[in-house]
Amino acid sequence: MVHEAVNQADKESRSEAVAAAPVHVRNILEVKNLSAWYGNMMAVNNLTMSIHSRSITAIIGPSGCGKSTFIRCLNRMHEVSDGGRVEGKVLLDGKDLYARDVDPVEIRRRIGMVFQKPSVFPTMSIFDNVASGISLTRLWSRKRDLQDVVERSLKKAALWEEVKDKLNQSGGSLSGGQQQRLCIARAIAIAPEIILMDEPCSALDPISTLKIEELMLEIKKDYTVIIVTHNMQQAARVSDRTGFMLLGELIEYAPTKEVFTVPKDKRTEDYITGRFG
Amino acid sequence: MITQGAGYLRRKWSSRAMLILSGLGAGLCILILALILGYILFNGISYLNMDFLTQPAKPVGEAGGGMRDDIIGTFILVILGSAIALPVGLMAGVFLAEYGKPWAASAVRFAADILAGVPSIVVGVFAYAVLVRPMGSYSALSAGFALAIIMIPVVARTAEESMRLVPNSVREAALALGIPRWRAVVGVVIPGALTGIVTGIMLAVARIAGETAPLIFTALGSAFGYQGLDQPIGALPLQIYRYALSPYDDWQKQAWAAAFLLVIIVLGINIVVRLVSRRRRR
Ligand SMILES: Nc1ncnc2c1ncn2[C@@H]1O[C@H](COP(=O)(O)OP(=O)(O)OP(=O)(O)O)[C@@H](O)[C@H]1O
Ligand SMILES: [Mg+2]
Repeated sequence: MVHEAVNQADKESRSEAVAAAPVHVRNILEVKNLSAWYGNMMAVNNLTMSIHSRSITAIIGPSGCGKSTFIRCLNRMHEVSDGGRVEGKVLLDGKDLYARDVDPVEIRRRIGMVFQKPSVFPTMSIFDNVASGISLTRLWSRKRDLQDVVERSLKKAALWEEVKDKLNQSGGSLSGGQQQRLCIARAIAIAPEIILMDEPCSALDPISTLKIEELMLEIKKDYTVIIVTHNMQQAARVSDRTGFMLLGELIEYAPTKEVFTVPKDKRTEDYITGRFG
Repeated sequence: MITQGAGYLRRKWSSRAMLILSGLGAGLCILILALILGYILFNGISYLNMDFLTQPAKPVGEAGGGMRDDIIGTFILVILGSAIALPVGLMAGVFLAEYGKPWAASAVRFAADILAGVPSIVVGVFAYAVLVRPMGSYSALSAGFALAIIMIPVVARTAEESMRLVPNSVREAALALGIPRWRAVVGVVIPGALTGIVTGIMLAVARIAGETAPLIFTALGSAFGYQGLDQPIGALPLQIYRYALSPYDDWQKQAWAAAFLLVIIVLGINIVVRLVSRRRRR
């Protein structure tokens, strides 16, 4: 199943079709009146937005405004936090993620996530890290079967050339930027439809950042990417649409060009011009 | 000015006194260990030979003989105790670190800490009451059970603590990959905590290898070697106890040799633990 989903030929033909008809976008994810709490503290307040498929959506906003909380609600990771509680709907292809009969584990396989801090599994080799999303959900898997997926994922994450000769070394032996790309490869390996990235470059140098941005533009052909970032230039460079959050609310959400050139809301303008607070 | 000077002198001297006292305490620690080791070595070394390790005990009056059966007995009891305590202790540790709701976890943690503090002779009496009496015989099994009770809280707490050291971000990363909770625990958290868990297990083994009081009520000791799990069995600490109190010079010497062997075993385990946990820090 995983193999089929990552099937290269299939993906390529799909992305060609998209390139030929770029106007056709669908709302892969629809967030409706989403609120999230930590205990009694509300972190996301009645948020509604639609995410276009095969595009990059950036979420910006000052520290503590609820960006991380919001994207963690999109793959049911928020409920893992202490006191985490969610209200409202998130429709993935029309089906509510929070419906009673939905298994959060299944959702997380369809909506992957990359964290701010590279979270490589320290006891595993590079190979096993990439394969972990597959090998740890099956009772048994042969290394030979995983080889293809691992190689393809590492290539997509622009890490293959750097690690192909040391796949058996510990994942922790890589540099920070390499570790982050390893985490991206790991997320890609399970072939999710959407990838959430929470400040994936905040701990990286400009060159690693550039690599990851290129990578985002590359994988957007096949996946839908939602990225939280503090870096305004980054949002402007890579994203198709940008949402600005403030105190748990979505203040403005529009094509990136518009948000950065003609923001509708005074608060958005203040924030992106650095006149905030 | 003058009062300041006096204050300075007082501080200087009280600080120096503290240094001297703490140094004395530290020195005594080492001295006591050195004395024990030296004394046991001095008395026991002459009897620690091949016969001691490979021969069964001889009846009173006959010269020679060794503690082979009691060495084997100690190994059997340690394995038996571990076989019971490891699954229970590890699962309890997993519960404490991964699954327990805060109130449930602190209740279990409290119980484990109390259990760890129960005097071992009480554990022995308990095993006597629930196993030896109903079964009608002293037995290896009841001794293994008593040792397991001593071992469980140690294993559980060290397992818990080393699993807590695995950062939460690693757990979340596993969950975010759509890995089920139990697989994340088995496949990611436990491997990350493994050296700590192994360290705890070995320290617990070292602890029960030298326990004596519970064995008096359960293993009893045996003059015929291993007879079966439902029969009495010998063990090094028991034999030390018995031989050291005997009036026979020969036996007393053997007791010293056995004490030396026991200390070497425990010391050996501790050194291995050191090596293991040093490797982990690197
Ligand atoms: N685990 C938690 N428990 C309780 N409150 C939390 C927790 N995590 C975040 N919060 C609170 O929720 C609010 C939103 O936090 P969130 O992490 O979503 O902000 P953010 O926009 O991602 O900030 P940053 O840009 O600094 O990462 C903050 O006020 C924060 O203090
Ligand atoms: Mg954040």
